[in-house]
Amino acid sequence: MKLPEAEQLCAQLVGELKARIGPQTAMIGLYTGGAWLAERLHAMLRLPEPLGLMDIAFYRDDYHARGLHHDPKRTKIPFDINGRDLLLVDDVLYTGRTVRAAMNELFDYGRPASISLVVLADRGGRQLPICAQHCGARVEVPSGMRLRLKRDAGDRLTLALEPERAA
Amino acid sequence: MQRNPQLNAHGELQHLLSIEGLPREVLVQILDTAESFVGVTEREVKKVPLLRGKSVFNLFFEPSTRTRTTFEIAAKRLSADVINLNIALSSQTKGESLLDTVANLSAMQADIFVVRHNSSGAPYLIARNVKPHEHVVNAGDGRHAHPTQGLLDLYTIRHYKKEFTRLTVAIVGDILHSRVARSLIHGLTTLGAPEVRVIGPQTLLPSGVEALGVRVFHDMRAGLKDCDVIVMLRLQNERMDGTLLPSAQEFFKHYGLTGAKLSLAKPDAIVMHPGPMNRGVEIDSTVADGPHAVILPQVTFGIAVRMAVMSIVAGN
Repeated sequence: MKLPEAEQLCAQLVGELKARIGPQTAMIGLYTGGAWLAERLHAMLRLPEPLGLMDIAFYRDDYHARGLHHDPKRTKIPFDINGRDLLLVDDVLYTGRTVRAAMNELFDYGRPASISLVVLADRGGRQLPICAQHCGARVEVPSGMRLRLKRDAGDRLTLALEPERAA
Repeated sequence: MQRNPQLNAHGELQHLLSIEGLPREVLVQILDTAESFVGVTEREVKKVPLLRGKSVFNLFFEPSTRTRTTFEIAAKRLSADVINLNIALSSQTKGESLLDTVANLSAMQADIFVVRHNSSGAPYLIARNVKPHEHVVNAGDGRHAHPTQGLLDLYTIRHYKKEFTRLTVAIVGDILHSRVARSLIHGLTTLGAPEVRVIGPQTLLPSGVEALGVRVFHDMRAGLKDCDVIVMLRLQNERMDGTLLPSAQEFFKHYGLTGAKLSLAKPDAIVMHPGPMNRGVEIDSTVADGPHAVILPQVTFGIAVRMAVMSIVAGN
């Protein structure tokens, strides 16, 4: 199965987002894939505010079933989010649960004027009423597989399919 | 082989009873998770929803202000409900056994027991008798262990010194009565600190302390030479029967940390103390309030470390 080129989707998203940038725009990427994508978009768009990075581990809705299994990264939002138009960036949109957790965490930092969701790929399968305002591509993913963004040593981004981790 | 009572069948931390016997990966997971929680404690809203709906029972059979308070703050910042029991004033004085007390609290839907007890091993006894969804965190048992203090010491050292593998760490004073020293020594050796020294008079060092992998010094000046980290311990008056030391003044003369003695350590050495401090007994005020001291940051990090421990055990 042929997956879209991540680098091309990035360029396409930059074109789309340019028109949206205003004085209050700021960007936040979700670890890990979303952070890579956000680093790229943030640099290409030359946003004046530094990039925010979030790990939603403390807001996940499956903690009681799965516990804190990985080592969470530290969320760093180096600007005041009150009144901002936030671009929330993730690599792949699937159930919508990560985005729900991210929005809960964001509101513990303040009250943004708006939040728009930017994703490289939407694989469908939503379990919550969440949609992306900016989406690079829709991608069909076979069941039992997981769509992931990868970054190589030369910072090149690619989309890849891999088997879902056993729960 | 008997399974480590702190770990579940998958090798994950289920109870925190002692640093001794915990694998390096578990210690690193706790320290890394604590680092993320330090970020939370610096926000305006210092709370995350992880333990919403869970009940944390602070069971303190021995007096404590700092440890109990930081556990309470940590649990509240995880959105848990916290119930503080001052056992000295309650059922135990009416004759109830430890396990009966715990069984009663369990019937009140407890999820985490934070236990401080003057008998070594009391938290182990509780951990062996709780239900699978209940977790025990040792907040200090007798002279045995005080793992969250050890972990916050390790966190503080890592925060200022980045890695353990080149460090010389000196632990000074009343090692004999100190559960803090024991926990810290185990943690430092597990994380690869190449030289851990204990400094104190013969009467305040446990016999066979060398077996823990430490170098023993009775002369503080020799022991402090070129140290990166100095951990001062409190002289535990309440645990002494009066025969171990001539006087507090005499102790200060030989083992109190003064500016002059501190100057023998590395110029960027940090000075730690688990509190409460006896100024003029184990540490001089100029050192305690000086630029090398990281004693108050230890308290702040202690909250994040306890958040990490509770959120890890409650999820496993």
